Amino acid sequence: MKTVIKQLTEAFGPSGYETEVTGLIKTMVEEYVDEIKTDVLGNLFAIKKGSQDGRTIMFAAHTDEIGIVVTHIDDKGFLRFGNVGGVGISTLVGNRVRFAGGAVGAIYQEKGSWKELTIDKLYIDIGAENKEEALQKVKLGEFGIFHREFEDLGDRLIAKSMDDRVGCAVLIDALKKIRNPKNTLYFVFTSQEEVGLRGARTAAYGLEPDLGIALDVTLTGDMPEARRMEVSLGKGAAIKVKDSSLITHPKVKDLLVNLAEENKIPYQMEVLEAGGTDAGAIHVTKAGVPSGAISIPTRYVHSPSEMVDIRDVKACVDLVVALANKDLTSI
Amino acid sequence: MLLARLTEANGAPGQEGEVRDLIRAEIEPHVHEIKTDALGNLIAIKNPDAQGPKVMLAAHMDEVALMIVGIEGNGFLKFRPIGGVDPRVLVAKSVLVGSKKIPGVIGSKPIHLQKPPERERAFTMQELLIDIGAKNKEEAERLVKLGECAYFTTKYEELGNSKVKAKALDDRVGCALAIRLLQEEVSFPLIVAFTVQEEVGLRGAGVATYQIRPDLALVLEGTTASDVPGTDEHKHATTVGEGPCITVIDRVSIPHPPLVQELFAVASEEGIKVQVRRNTAGGTDAGQIQLSEEGVKVATIAVPCRYIHSPVSVMSKNDYEGAYKLVKSYLKRLQEREASK
Amino acid sequence: MEIKQVFRTLSEASGVSGYEQSLTSLLQESCPWAEEIRTDKLGNVIMLKKGNGIGPRPKVMLAGHMDEIGLIITKIEKDGFLRFGTIGGFDQRVLLAQEVVVHGRKSLTGIIGAKPPHIQAPGEQSKAVSMEDLFIDVGFDHQEQAEEQVRIGDIVTMKRDVLDLQGSFMAGKSFDDRAGVAAILECFKVLSQMSHEADVYGVATVQEEVGLRGAITSTYGIVPDIGIAIDVGFGDSPGLPESDTIKLSQGPGVAIGPHVHPEVHARMVETAKEWNISFSSDPSPHPGGTDAYAIQVARAGVATILLSIPLRYMHTPIETLDYEDVKRTGRLMAMFIAGVDNEFVEGLTCF
Repeated sequence: MKTVIKQLTEAFGPSGYETEVTGLIKTMVEEYVDEIKTDVLGNLFAIKKGSQDGRTIMFAAHTDEIGIVVTHIDDKGFLRFGNVGGVGISTLVGNRVRFAGGAVGAIYQEKGSWKELTIDKLYIDIGAENKEEALQKVKLGEFGIFHREFEDLGDRLIAKSMDDRVGCAVLIDALKKIRNPKNTLYFVFTSQEEVGLRGARTAAYGLEPDLGIALDVTLTGDMPEARRMEVSLGKGAAIKVKDSSLITHPKVKDLLVNLAEENKIPYQMEVLEAGGTDAGAIHVTKAGVPSGAISIPTRYVHSPSEMVDIRDVKACVDLVVALANKDLTSI
Repeated sequence: MLLARLTEANGAPGQEGEVRDLIRAEIEPHVHEIKTDALGNLIAIKNPDAQGPKVMLAAHMDEVALMIVGIEGNGFLKFRPIGGVDPRVLVAKSVLVGSKKIPGVIGSKPIHLQKPPERERAFTMQELLIDIGAKNKEEAERLVKLGECAYFTTKYEELGNSKVKAKALDDRVGCALAIRLLQEEVSFPLIVAFTVQEEVGLRGAGVATYQIRPDLALVLEGTTASDVPGTDEHKHATTVGEGPCITVIDRVSIPHPPLVQELFAVASEEGIKVQVRRNTAGGTDAGQIQLSEEGVKVATIAVPCRYIHSPVSVMSKNDYEGAYKLVKSYLKRLQEREASK
Repeated sequence: MEIKQVFRTLSEASGVSGYEQSLTSLLQESCPWAEEIRTDKLGNVIMLKKGNGIGPRPKVMLAGHMDEIGLIITKIEKDGFLRFGTIGGFDQRVLLAQEVVVHGRKSLTGIIGAKPPHIQAPGEQSKAVSMEDLFIDVGFDHQEQAEEQVRIGDIVTMKRDVLDLQGSFMAGKSFDDRAGVAAILECFKVLSQMSHEADVYGVATVQEEVGLRGAITSTYGIVPDIGIAIDVGFGDSPGLPESDTIKLSQGPGVAIGPHVHPEVHARMVETAKEWNISFSSDPSPHPGGTDAYAIQVARAGVATILLSIPLRYMHTPIETLDYEDVKRTGRLMAMFIAGVDNEFVEGLTCF
């Protein structure tokens, strides 16, 4: 499973440009599913058919990652850029970016104080000596991502874009483990989550599932002087109660808690005060879809060094597998 | 002249009637069907039964304006912006208020009576009132109803090197492009949505798209240009005179990458000067169109305009013509591709 | 049936956004005028009163949201105190020293506390106590004891009985927007004495306070021709400019703005004048923030209007209104609906 996470987190896929990631996932899951397809927004659907008396579940994990977009190239070959999704200014200075074509650059800042730092005071140096040379490496309007390798620290792993490739990895692993499920399962690897839960919205519209479950990262509060949050690394899958996009349907919340208890899967309850997930888009689709989320506790979200614990990841897989066969008549 | 008539018409979000009637008269001879919906979108359909991809063009009819929310005892009108307006651009402007087009001015305290530090401070929306010359509340109430809007009186005029100045170029320039493109002969179904309420949250485009169900959509816009003295080049976003812009990302959409690539290819083959929109802020109807039902391929083509959301904006006629040529060439290419199928 | 009494019961019941289920059965018992009452997948309660028109009848949807803002447990401290966050927009300054109900394994009474003033640093007393520093004291002595009853994610509501003020004024919690729900019932009651062509869908919507979510899905399901949202509006109170408020005891505010269909507005005003129902004109340049915003853009678009019941001290446990305004709102809607026919509806898409 670590290999899958490594491959996924090292792939290139800023919002809107997820094809490298979806291509990779497709090769990983193709042989385990009944149907596989994509749509206009770039979502990848992997479908596993269930039995006659089952219901339909949409599982969503997003393939896109936050990034940057080139907005200017000056005469000396330096690039200016804008954000793609929620990029934290403090994580940018001294960091490296990579573009689809392979160009790599370092981000640095103009002179001035940290307090007044805004994205338009930062620039990228791709080692070009002038505009012409720069233009051979990147184009105006080209998207880039954080350039960072996966690190295996034992139970804990660090990588860029754990948000939400680790969610994708959970679904991929679950897909391999599930045989002849009771419910029909739509595993949707969604696009453009970071810019507004966009892929999940159009995907759910077409599927109209009985139940929607997002697999995404959530924040933790177990670091020094961290903001108050009762989710910790290593304490199991997080069952979401609310975030700014979703209040988990109480029956879905109870279902997940009971499932975890019955199967002795370690879990913790998650109340996220800011931030959203694909379930936020799914639950207001058409006449409504009862929805919830299973979250992977993650430190340093939206930085190039997002950290997860493999034991939590496995707990999430177990919960997804258990849900696949659960009787959903109560929802 | 089309653009002059369009920009001098008034249409606040939700009150687009005057603009809608003007457009309807312009396009009637060139389309097979025209309808309106519950929000007031004007939907024009050409070749409804033809084969080929259903192509949608979208341009919004509404403009930012000032809504009258109160009438003071002395007959002055209290207002709030509808859509994004910087109060600093309002001081000492003339306006026309409501359906009766009552002339008025936006007054402020004379400089003589201000203490020096006061002049450093920007006027707030709360301090500004519209004076229509009414003697008292009763007289004002006879002339203006609460909820009506005030509009700038700016006239369309050509200036300098191929530039024009007008109010509401955002997005009457898009409306003008769409009207002209409807006059083209195409082999596939072409549907134009002249949308309402873009300025208050892209309200009309979503419901229009739901009715149209297009295969692909092009949004025609007037977008912000900051190519003015005192602004670093990397903050210009767009440059007036450098051709129409193609959006790769804004706050509400990442236009369909293959479609964006194709537009650049068309521009390069046809020798049309185009620019990338170099800013991630702002939003257009594309945000709603792209996410309609199971998703729609979308791109935004915009004419750079300086000083948008103010009483007067400036654009280049060359950019406007470039945008027209770009969309026309794209539609032609689409038609050729269909014919060769 | 005395709807004022139903309103009182609804107000005192708990139904924070996403957790409105307990209100469902209350409503089912309180609306004898509907032929059908059902809930949808998100929990919206849909009460249908059929019209007597022949053939395809116009559909009018009335939406009042039944959810209230509330608190949610985020942490259990070692000494048994509970930390919380909010669901919906609370002013942190009104929370101090409120009594609450913690909906744990059973319902528990709690007090919202903070560090006492006499041990605060000089200067601290002039600052509001921030949400982070507040806690709920349910009287437990340690974490283990609390954890037997309370879990992270449990919901908390204000504990507050309705208070009758002078005349027909009332004060209490969650009048925003159970008053709107009461207005729908008042409307149904009046309609039951009248003949109307249109089918009327009275919807007690869920999750308005967190993003108009119930209105999004219920409108998609119902596909109405006309949508009337009934919410509370800022009532006249000290410190608020007249042009930002509507007066209590003078009927609903009838909104005008981008989210209001001009023909529906014209007819509503005409109806009010014809039946001598008082109302205020309510210009709204910013259309968001009520169910009308969501209803308007469902599917191919819906002709909408917003009626606002004047209310003071919004989003506090002592929201204050004049019940006569609720009745006026219900009556205005009923008279409006009585005049809705297919011809009027067809005209709504002709601009």
